[in-house]
Amino acid sequence: MRIIITALAATLAAATSASAQSPGISGDVVKIGVLNDRSSFQSDLAGVGSEVAARIAAAEVGNKVLGKPVEIIAADMQNKPDVATSIARSWFDTDGVDMIADNQLSSAALAVQELAKQRGKITISVSSATTRLNGDSCSPTGFKWSYDTHSAAAATASAVVKQGGKDWFFLTSDYTFGHTLEEQTSKVVVDLGGRVLGAARHPMGSSDFGSYLLTAQASGAKIIGLANGGTDTINSVKQGREFGLTAGGDVSFAGLAMFITDIHGIGLEAAQGMLLSTSFYWDRDEKSREFAKKFAAEMGRMPTMVHAGVYSGVRHYLRAVEAAGTDDGPTVAAKMKELPVDDLTIQGARIPQNGRVFHDMYLVRVKKPEESTGPWDYYDVIATIPAKDAFLSFEESGCKL
Amino acid sequence: MLDVLNISMPMLFGQLTLGLINGAFYALLSLGLAVIFGLLNVVNFVHGTQYMLGALFAWMLLHYLGIPYWGALLLAPVGVGLVGAVIEVTLLRRLYSVDHLYGMLLTFGLVLIIEGFFRWLYGASGMPYSNPLPGGTNLGFMFAPNYRLWVVVFSVAVCFGVWYLIERTKLGSYLRAAIERPDLVQAFGINVPRMITLTYAFGAALAGLAGVLAAPIYQVNPLMGSNLIIVVFAVVVIGGMGSIMGAIVTGFGLGIIEGLTKMIYSEASNTIIFVIMAIVLLIKPAGLFGSQK
Repeated sequence: MRIIITALAATLAAATSASAQSPGISGDVVKIGVLNDRSSFQSDLAGVGSEVAARIAAAEVGNKVLGKPVEIIAADMQNKPDVATSIARSWFDTDGVDMIADNQLSSAALAVQELAKQRGKITISVSSATTRLNGDSCSPTGFKWSYDTHSAAAATASAVVKQGGKDWFFLTSDYTFGHTLEEQTSKVVVDLGGRVLGAARHPMGSSDFGSYLLTAQASGAKIIGLANGGTDTINSVKQGREFGLTAGGDVSFAGLAMFITDIHGIGLEAAQGMLLSTSFYWDRDEKSREFAKKFAAEMGRMPTMVHAGVYSGVRHYLRAVEAAGTDDGPTVAAKMKELPVDDLTIQGARIPQNGRVFHDMYLVRVKKPEESTGPWDYYDVIATIPAKDAFLSFEESGCKL
Repeated sequence: MLDVLNISMPMLFGQLTLGLINGAFYALLSLGLAVIFGLLNVVNFVHGTQYMLGALFAWMLLHYLGIPYWGALLLAPVGVGLVGAVIEVTLLRRLYSVDHLYGMLLTFGLVLIIEGFFRWLYGASGMPYSNPLPGGTNLGFMFAPNYRLWVVVFSVAVCFGVWYLIERTKLGSYLRAAIERPDLVQAFGINVPRMITLTYAFGAALAGLAGVLAAPIYQVNPLMGSNLIIVVFAVVVIGGMGSIMGAIVTGFGLGIIEGLTKMIYSEASNTIIFVIMAIVLLIKPAGLFGSQK
């Protein structure tokens, strides 16, 4: 009997010391889940491209951290919050996923971030845009890369107002995202001395915008702020051109949440002259082109700011795991906030306590067809928007951490 | 009344005109659906996808072969009609003897497969298609894009033509007879199965035609049909399943009602059609122009 107990104790001691010595990688693998819409109308701006971006980041560290493999899995949440949370739950509880990247659709992202917080896991939200992720619903393990509703509002609106576009009308998608965007942008416009003359709130997935454009025109507004997304934005711009609103240069559209894939879909003919803000443009510098080249080799098209954000987020996460010596969520999260973000798309950005990465944004103007050398040569970068102007500071965010 | 709602007369006329334009699309789409349902008793869920195919074929013709809009207006519907014929001959034909539900399930499955395929091929953001009739006409109360005026005129002509073909010509009478008593019509030496194939192909081609008309206005996108098909079904139900005149009149009428809703309370613009549908079904279950069988 005594022999058995001694042996047991020895085994136990050995097991304990072994786990203390080896780097703490749960399940001997660093597992990253890319969760987004891969099938419905938001699938181009994120979708499979985000998974590819995550793989590019993993390949930069040889698909290994602390001697353990990095595994990337992906799932389609079909743009539905209930699907997103049930996938996240099974990833955390049974599949040993350590971090969820991209985390699309604001309503879904908030739920998944909360779940991750309870489980001590990390989320790196990119395509979801609500500032609540780092505001009243912030989490110690929740991070946000790329644009958000505040950057879309503050950066674009202030730039447009400064250029003389003072009278605004909004085409707003009738749900959380659109309302937040309209509200935040209106505030910026009014603060800078502009006026908001009205708004048309349309159901998501409308195909005809003629009526709204007519209302906008009747209001006398000079700037139509597009607080909608995806196909709705594309159709608004396309039809604005058709109704002669933008042809004479009398009225301009301000794209608040637009991606390069949207411009590709609209075509330069209709989109030319639009002002937008973006956290990434592939043709901005040598490094951004290097990332875009790797991405295009896989996808056959250029990355959006979401793809760049997923790449940067995953890259930074892996660096933090390496530095922390573990994949334990809260420990890695603390390390992520300690280290500067440094990769092909973002250089030297810091992350405050609420997890909102402080990187620069860029104000771009869509090129005229004759200025473009071919597909994806769409933007002129006309200004760099410093992070402090683009994003809410930790104090302003309303995050209590 | 108008003053209370803060609406000016030019604004009202503008919205009415726009509603008429949108109604033209509804009419054209529900017309094809009504033809297929009325003559074949098939609930053609794949109709929205056939509309999408029309727009997509127009884009492909331009992009790969350099054939402009006016050529596509003829060729793309023919292409969609051919796809329709293949669907009818290889799949749909086997289901005429069983419950309607099977046809609906089959066509719904086709929607998922075809849309999924093109989404995989081209992505979800869609492709640009430039406007063949840029510019517009000042109607006094509004700036009417030339292209949309063309859409209204052309759709009205097509709708009337189809109604005339089916209700007033000899060919139309054969068709209606073949549906009622296929055995008898066959006995007169008419090839009924071929006639049915052609009818389905024709209905699909109408959807394809609407798709080509839509390409310069709406985004050409693999999912464009699924946004519209539910509304179009509501139009057909309100008009009376299978009633050709019903589909046309309801299509235009609902376009106008929807346009007015957009002006007065835009949040409800999608819902209003279904509210009307519910009311019509309560009062007249067979639809406004439908007859109880």
